[in-house]
Amino acid sequence: MDRIPILKLGEALLVTIQVDMHDQLATALEEDLTNRIVEVGAKGVLIDISSLEIVDSFIGRMLDSIAAVSRMLDAETVVVGMRPAVAITLVELGLSMPGVKTALDVDRGMAIIRRRIEPGAQAGLSDY
Amino acid sequence: MAMEGAADLGELLQANQEKVAAEWLAGLRDAGILRTGRLREAELSVQCGSFLSLLGKALTQGGDPTGAAFRPVREMLSELSRSRASQGFTPRETALFIFSLKSPLNTLLRQTMSGDPLAEALWDVNRMLDDLGLETMEIYQRSREEVIVRQQQEIAELSTPVVELWQGILALPLIGTLDSQRTQVVMENLLQSIVDRSAEIAIIDITGVPTVDTLTAQHLLKTVSAARLMGADCIISGIRPQIAQTMVHLGVELNVVSKASLADAFALALRRVGRSVTLARGTPAPSDRPV
Repeated sequence: MDRIPILKLGEALLVTIQVDMHDQLATALEEDLTNRIVEVGAKGVLIDISSLEIVDSFIGRMLDSIAAVSRMLDAETVVVGMRPAVAITLVELGLSMPGVKTALDVDRGMAIIRRRIEPGAQAGLSDY
Repeated sequence: MAMEGAADLGELLQANQEKVAAEWLAGLRDAGILRTGRLREAELSVQCGSFLSLLGKALTQGGDPTGAAFRPVREMLSELSRSRASQGFTPRETALFIFSLKSPLNTLLRQTMSGDPLAEALWDVNRMLDDLGLETMEIYQRSREEVIVRQQQEIAELSTPVVELWQGILALPLIGTLDSQRTQVVMENLLQSIVDRSAEIAIIDITGVPTVDTLTAQHLLKTVSAARLMGADCIISGIRPQIAQTMVHLGVELNVVSKASLADAFALALRRVGRSVTLARGTPAPSDRPV
């Protein structure tokens, strides 16, 4: 079965979703990611969904629960690059995901995570 | 409905066309159709004349007002009422065109017939004219509705511009009532602009929104949530005092950052992207209002 690769980048984990998500893939990702966070002791998880064109409520809930699980394991989840259509769909489905941090692109997402890892670091943006 | 003496009536009409037209025109003039100045008498007279000759021809060919013989008559009427609608005639003035033909036709029939045939012919003529009049109104109404639909589309396209105030700061000045359909367009425009300009902050200015009810508030909140999911923050500005009161009384809560004016929102947005506005050296302070 296909799995979505999880890259380690310092104390952060980087997940780039580049295929259409089906439910099994999503569950597998959640499981793998949880294991990796513990293994690596990651402080941040960055999920890039800029190539994801179709979401359903299941994927939306999966993102939400990944964020909740990572928070429990002391890692912050940032979802980056969500497309307008995807954002509208999620809002219409009632999934506004208040627990998930978001950013426009990978750069800005990494800045958020970096600030959390080293609280003194200034990544160019102020109080986000 | 086929009329018994349609052919006779048609011939009668063709023979007396000029007399009927003159009477009809006089009736229209008395009713005040020319008073508004939108229509000249010569033009009206041409319209009356060509309508009567079409009607005469249609009647001699077959009396059924819904049939093929009447098609030219109907086409002329629909053309006429469409142009009346676009020229701004009232429904009354438009309907008068047909209904004022009743009196000259009835006079003509009375002069040439009597007894039962007269009663029957009168009945037939009145029914025919009523039918044509109703059709005139229907087309008039339809073309008015077409105008309204077109204007709605134009308003929707016109009124949702997204402007870039600064690098990374977008503003969306909303004007007019927000209904579901418009919000959809506004939302899509805003989100697409956020992607295109990679903006971190969007200011939604609702100074031009006359009323905010629960539905509008819900639409606004949806837009804000969608923007947040994409990684941009929204600030709402320009809530008018009365609107703020109504919203609180309605129990509508906007759980977003809101500022009184667009200027305040812009100042906050600049602070968030790490910029500040200062006076150029040597410039005297223009007012006591801090930026």
